Amino acid sequence: MFLDRLFKTSRVYHHQDSHQHHPHAQVEDNTTGITTKKSGTREIKVVRRVLDVNEKMAEENRRVFAEKSVFVINVMSSPGSGKTTTLEKTLAHIMPDIRTAVIVGDICTTNDADRLAVSGAPVVQINTDEFGGDCHLAAHVIEKATGGLELDNIDLLIVENVGNLVCPAEFDIGEDTRVVVLSVTEGEDKPVKYPLMFRECEAALLNKIDLLPHLDYDKQKALDCIHQIHPDMPVFEISAKTEEGFGPWLEWLKAKVKQKIDAR
Amino acid sequence: MHEMGIALQIVEIATASIPPDSGNVRVAKVNLKIGKLAAVVPDSLRFCFDVAVKDTPLDGAKLAIAELPVVARCNDCHTQWTIKGPAFRCESCDSGSLEIISGRELDIESIEISEEDTHVSG
Repeated sequence: MFLDRLFKTSRVYHHQDSHQHHPHAQVEDNTTGITTKKSGTREIKVVRRVLDVNEKMAEENRRVFAEKSVFVINVMSSPGSGKTTTLEKTLAHIMPDIRTAVIVGDICTTNDADRLAVSGAPVVQINTDEFGGDCHLAAHVIEKATGGLELDNIDLLIVENVGNLVCPAEFDIGEDTRVVVLSVTEGEDKPVKYPLMFRECEAALLNKIDLLPHLDYDKQKALDCIHQIHPDMPVFEISAKTEEGFGPWLEWLKAKVKQKIDAR
Repeated sequence: MHEMGIALQIVEIATASIPPDSGNVRVAKVNLKIGKLAAVVPDSLRFCFDVAVKDTPLDGAKLAIAELPVVARCNDCHTQWTIKGPAFRCESCDSGSLEIISGRELDIESIEISEEDTHVSG
């Protein structure tokens, strides 16, 4: 589609090139999208999203996941919020009833994959670079990683994104939903500092609540900050260590997976 | 944080947008729109862009960035307003159900090309 436009632009361009020589006038023809500026430069309309390569790939992933009835959840957080422990415990509860696979993104090491593989779920580790690489997982990386998974035998694909509250929110990977994990050892105002992340996610997990008695953390303030960015966002207060509060989170997740399977 | 990747993507799209058979031309300017909610830092992007254009038809090109505000529309009372601080609730009826009309953009609007060896101002 883009090529069509490019060729069209190119034809028109030559037409204009041979007929218009008004270096002192700014001539614009709205039908061609080409403007000749006073300086003699020609402005060519492009109107293309910079990330559209990623978006097209994400749509393709989404199509494949729909065809195979795989529910895909993109889990994001800052480093150290307890994503991996939360997922370890989650896997222990939902496997083998919900056939789950995991894609783990880290800049470096296979530590997280080793921990998650204990559950028996197939795990694909993605290292964005050995010495400090990409800050997020992009759609083409997910496409490659799913090549090693038997999607026909999977109900749920969990993508543990690179620990980062900024960039992963910007990249669609073809997921069905996004959740963000934050913990009570971080600042209460994290949501307002990273609005896009909290805006883009469907639900939040507030982790490490077992530590609350030992901290000066104002939980209500944190919840207010979340709802300032995303009013009505469901927040699951959990402790990945003690599994306190896991019930509602697991129910929510199971209902989502079931919904997709039922749509088969 | 991933501004270099974005800069390389811009160079690729701009290069592909030069009409074929147009001879020795170079891209003098790239006009870009960035929404305030796009998690892209214009200064970092300009820095990366200046590095990414080396040895391409964009060498020396200027990156003109228009920053777009975050505009939302309430799904309940249809009020439309510009979100200035990080608060996403309807100014008028306090509803939390809203649609982001603009602010997520990261779009190349146009490129400006000139013949090789022509001095370009601006």
